[in-house]
Amino acid sequence: MRTRRTAVAWLFLAPFMVLFLLFTAVPTLSALGFSLTDLRGTDLRHPFAVNFTGVQNYLRLFQDDSFLRDILNTAVFVAVGVPLTMGVGFALALVLDSGIRRLRGAFRTVFFAPVVTNVVAVALIWRYAFNENGTVNRVLGAVGLAGPNWLDDQHLAMPVVIALGVWRNFGTAMVLFLAGLQAVPRDVYEAASLDGAGKRRQLWHITLPMLMPTTLMVSVLLTVFYLQVFDEPYLLTDGGPLGSTESVALYTYHQFGVGELGVSSAASFVMLVLVALVSVVQFRLLRPRS
Amino acid sequence: MTAITALQSTEPATGPADEPSAEPIPVRHRSVSQPLLYGALLLCALLTLLPFVWVLSGSLRGLDEIRSDPGAWLPHHVTFDNFTRLFRTQGFGRFLLNSVVVAVLVVVGNVVAASAAGYALAKLEFAGRRLAFAAVMTAMMVPVTSVFITQFVITVDLGLADTLTGIALPSMALPLSVFVMRQYARSIPDELLEAARIDGAGEFRIFFRIFLPLAGPAVATITIMSFLYSWNNFIWPLVVAQSMSSYTLPVGLAATSQAAAHVTDYGLMLAGAIVVMLPVLLLFLFLQRYFVRGVAGTGMR
Repeated sequence: MRTRRTAVAWLFLAPFMVLFLLFTAVPTLSALGFSLTDLRGTDLRHPFAVNFTGVQNYLRLFQDDSFLRDILNTAVFVAVGVPLTMGVGFALALVLDSGIRRLRGAFRTVFFAPVVTNVVAVALIWRYAFNENGTVNRVLGAVGLAGPNWLDDQHLAMPVVIALGVWRNFGTAMVLFLAGLQAVPRDVYEAASLDGAGKRRQLWHITLPMLMPTTLMVSVLLTVFYLQVFDEPYLLTDGGPLGSTESVALYTYHQFGVGELGVSSAASFVMLVLVALVSVVQFRLLRPRS
Repeated sequence: MTAITALQSTEPATGPADEPSAEPIPVRHRSVSQPLLYGALLLCALLTLLPFVWVLSGSLRGLDEIRSDPGAWLPHHVTFDNFTRLFRTQGFGRFLLNSVVVAVLVVVGNVVAASAAGYALAKLEFAGRRLAFAAVMTAMMVPVTSVFITQFVITVDLGLADTLTGIALPSMALPLSVFVMRQYARSIPDELLEAARIDGAGEFRIFFRIFLPLAGPAVATITIMSFLYSWNNFIWPLVVAQSMSSYTLPVGLAATSQAAAHVTDYGLMLAGAIVVMLPVLLLFLFLQRYFVRGVAGTGMR
């Protein structure tokens, strides 16, 4: 009876498990395998020409100035993108939760719309708007400033790329913070009011501490998003100008594009380890709720 | 105007005990700076919506108009010329069809695979359950950007490179869908299933006749989430689709716009952007709570 029940259960699980093995388990392990070989795109038809090269690819990777630069770029994406996204999301959540009474639903709809919007479409308008003759420079021109060609500038391209990331993700942060705020029991505030605590003190001593789990979860989530950043730099600059916006994911893609499967697998494995480290934290945060 | 109203209404209420502040603060009684808050929110909303406005207005402007005045806000003459050219000359009809086919495959796959797996994980006792759940959690953590190379090699080995099946297959059983279904299934009382079991119903009968009819909300959430995922998925179709005959909308749009980067035929591209954005935005407006539930319930997209 018990074996029969187990067989039935695994039958139910079969579609998921087959695809899991084929497209998650095997690829993860073989990414590690590939990264230890000199596999190239042209070798895919002659797998026996491939040599085991040990940690050679990793050594090459960490001696490659462009990879090191891309790690730094990715760190900038995380270090600037995560706090900005969280800050905007939190401020909006706070206002929507208790600052206003009317139009909450309408504002929430508007602020969440970027999350579901296709990034390829938005990146187009971003490029158009930050063009030399684009709408942004037109606005600057109206107040007498000559705007640059944003995405062709080594120093200005990065902020524009990050801005697209923030625009796309702050709605996610907002919705998660809203859920967190709504879980704070209202009578705590009433009690604090009766005891004479001002609004600012309530924010510092009640709201923020009680939101700690949410804040932690949002920060981990966004860190994983920004660590993997690909769409925004690929679509806006393709990593340029002069590699100033190339992320690790984009490096992987570019190496893959020129047929360097071994090197790009090594880079992707570095990414996997980074994301895994952050995700272990995330797993611990999500577990008590499940 | 808003600022002045805010200032006036701030005046009388500013007592010594009450900290005057424009900051949003979580208290029940209304703060005096309401108009200021609404003003700030409205400004944020406008900034958020600006890209949509630009895409729409740009897509309705003629080619020569965009050339002569690229930074203008609104079209002088509204024209649907860009949309006609898009479908007539640029193959967007094909991309649209491909996106729809892939989305249907992905949605059907997710509903089937996740309903079955989520039910088993939540409601059946069996050897290896913890292992299976660990697989779901692992799959949620592995980033696409670090496995797409080996996924591509496997897809080539399966003979599915440059096919719509190859584009759909890896996302036909998203771990998030399984997770959502498992969480939902746990909320269905065991007694219902146990009663059927005592009546002698088989496991499959219980699943189809008793569980599935109750799982409507979860199925709806999974449908919306996996549709959204499939429709907006970019990096994987970019890697797998190698010819225009298998491009999905986002890949087709990106490829066309990169080829056209120096032609500055932005009107055409923005019309393409509308075609990509519109279905999801319309769905979102009508079925908002499912979208938000997908994100808020799990913390993932």
